[in-house]
Amino acid sequence: MTIKTITKDNFDAEVINSQIPVIVEFWAPWCGYCRRISPVLDRLSEKLSDDIQIGKINVDEQSELEDRFSVEIIPTFLLFQSGRHGDRLIAPSSQSQIEDWLQAQRKP
Amino acid sequence: MDKKYDVIVVGGGPGGYSAALYCARAGLKTLVIEKLSPGGQMATTSQLDNYPGFDEGIDGFVLAGKMQKGAERFGAATEYAEVTALDLKSQPKRVKTTNGEIEANAVILATGASPKELGLEGETQLRGKGISYCATCDGMFFKGKTVAVAGGGDTAAADALTLSKLCKKVYIIHRRDKLRASKSYYEPLEKAENIEFIWNAQISRLLYDDKLTGLTVTNKITGESFDIACDGLFIAIGRIPDTALAAGQLDLDPNGYIIADETTKTNVPGTFAVGDVRTKPLRQVVTAAADGALASVFAEEFLMTLED
Repeated sequence: MTIKTITKDNFDAEVINSQIPVIVEFWAPWCGYCRRISPVLDRLSEKLSDDIQIGKINVDEQSELEDRFSVEIIPTFLLFQSGRHGDRLIAPSSQSQIEDWLQAQRKP
Repeated sequence: MDKKYDVIVVGGGPGGYSAALYCARAGLKTLVIEKLSPGGQMATTSQLDNYPGFDEGIDGFVLAGKMQKGAERFGAATEYAEVTALDLKSQPKRVKTTNGEIEANAVILATGASPKELGLEGETQLRGKGISYCATCDGMFFKGKTVAVAGGGDTAAADALTLSKLCKKVYIIHRRDKLRASKSYYEPLEKAENIEFIWNAQISRLLYDDKLTGLTVTNKITGESFDIACDGLFIAIGRIPDTALAAGQLDLDPNGYIIADETTKTNVPGTFAVGDVRTKPLRQVVTAAADGALASVFAEEFLMTLED
């Protein structure tokens, strides 16, 4: 599934009201850790295919969403399921750390 | 991923991909196992100015991609997985990964290092709420605010300069009375009007509510403490080598680095350590790359002994 760009305008439709879980990543173009992790997200979006959607929020352009979720360090990941999110994941150091975090939150 | 290789390189930073390049060019069947993406620490820098050969500097992430492609050009393979365990004493050596178990006759450890923490109460919880280990990554969040940099080396100096252009004020808090950093930093640091040095000091306490509000700084000579208000703290006090996989098998120095000299040989035959993870006087991209080349020479030599 392709990675979606999430904005304040499509947030409700694409994230809150999504039928499938959505991983949201808060990022910015100047953020080194974000860029380093972007190939990992590409691989994950292929691996997770139709089960989970990945969406990216550019904090430079979406300051309201940044404030709404109190994002102070990027990349920050949140997993939304049925409109709610669990514990955030900040700057993970490996793909398997992201996958473990997902596993821990997925409802059976 | 195949089941058996001549050489497995753990880690795809400059040390790892240099080793892979040289091993591949020596005709060795080589695999790099990388848990995130190529480059390691180097990939978080967008302006790398001290790797020789780039007259305007080079973006670390871009260089990482080039290093990977350079190695793959000669036949090195990359597997995106995490190594969870190593058996270095068996021959062939066994490598357990999140994508399966494989073997190699030689293993090159290029697992790098991660930033050292101060070890203060609240530090982990405040990550993202005022505390950061990467000024180029997070400086923007503190635009117009007051921040502190803990450390006295090149990273601390570079961070302070980066931050001085974004922030209202930058404190540099260092436990000595002068920086360890390269002299090329001194003049710009002195010139910056919003940088204030706090010498002979260490941060004894973090002050916070739901985010960082300040620091208690203690003068090491007089024992006096005082508080400073700040919104951000950038910790640049060194690195911790990633040596968990080697624990119990390889000799480590008192700081946790794998003991290996410029031959990159460890105490276990057929196991080599390159880059930030090994004992060395200077941890830079260029020295990691140099190690990679040397590791391939000695790995090849080791492999020839197996044929006898």
